[in-house]
Amino acid sequence: MAIVPALNEERTIGRIIDELRTFDPGLDVVVVDDGSVDGTAQAARAKGAQVLSLPFNLGIGGAVQTGFRFAFENDYDIVVRVDGDGQHDPAQLLRVLEPVLRGEADIAVGSRFAAEDAAGYRSSRSRRIGIRLLAWVVSRIVGQRVTDTTSGFQALNRHGIELFAHDYPHDYPEVEAMVLVFRHRLRLVEVPVEMRERAGGTSSITALRSVYYMVKVLLAIFVGMFRRNVVPEEGSE
Amino acid sequence: MTPLAVSIAGAVASFTLVLVVLELIRSRRLRERYALLWLATGIALTVLSAWRDGLNTIASWLGVRSYPPAVLFAVGLLFILAVLLHYSTVISRLSDQNVVLAQKIALLEIELTERRTRA
Repeated sequence: MAIVPALNEERTIGRIIDELRTFDPGLDVVVVDDGSVDGTAQAARAKGAQVLSLPFNLGIGGAVQTGFRFAFENDYDIVVRVDGDGQHDPAQLLRVLEPVLRGEADIAVGSRFAAEDAAGYRSSRSRRIGIRLLAWVVSRIVGQRVTDTTSGFQALNRHGIELFAHDYPHDYPEVEAMVLVFRHRLRLVEVPVEMRERAGGTSSITALRSVYYMVKVLLAIFVGMFRRNVVPEEGSE
Repeated sequence: MTPLAVSIAGAVASFTLVLVVLELIRSRRLRERYALLWLATGIALTVLSAWRDGLNTIASWLGVRSYPPAVLFAVGLLFILAVLLHYSTVISRLSDQNVVLAQKIALLEIELTERRTRA
């Protein structure tokens, strides 16, 4: 199934669901409406997606985890996550899915920067620096080169679904989630993808907030390293 | 000049605060989002206690000549006010969300009862 978190994306959500269906007509699409005040839920329902409507805005972490819980409780084996703002191109889903389908990874992440000629994606300078810094810190911690710690373009198998259904970070979750995946000894693979410009809506991250998030995320990563795992490893008890 | 005992006691106490906050985050009893202000409090007070010349300088800027450690109290008080104000906003948000949740449950309940009686 596909998890599509969406906040006020009524203009793009329908197109994304169509594109997901083009990729795989039998795909179950679950839109997590994170307290939108526009017609996101109606637009998604009109396209035949299931909609999990949150009563108020939980933030991206809480919203996405709702989708993982749904997947876990309904016994889905493979989940892809595609953001509702149109940045992730469902046509590239196969690339992200392949390592998981082949059993080479528990979670595969589409990275904007993994390709050698990663010139396709444009963003502000401060944001690029932030992304670099996080990538460096996370690479150090997990002992594996990662280039895009903030990508929400992901595919997961049952192990990944189980972990995220039980323990998923808040606010700005992808960075911490990478460390979490590593701590639980799941296999993470990055796949080069190209992302599109946002098709509509506004990014949830502004300049001042990104500094706050940076501090918060770094704190969470460092403290998180000394945390006990919520989902026990097999044979550890 | 600040008495040495005051500097030591202040530094130890505020550094303990930092350690306690970190442990609370680690054991998942405190979320990072609500810990940042506490950490800032602890670090600011630790620095001001341990850095005696700095405390004196800041005290003289503020015109506090007789007893520089008063600046420690002032800074501590300011941070506590900030934390309290922050909590007030958090509580306001939580009570708003609580209302929405209660309303949603009531709506779901009536829908469920209607479905049951129809079935």
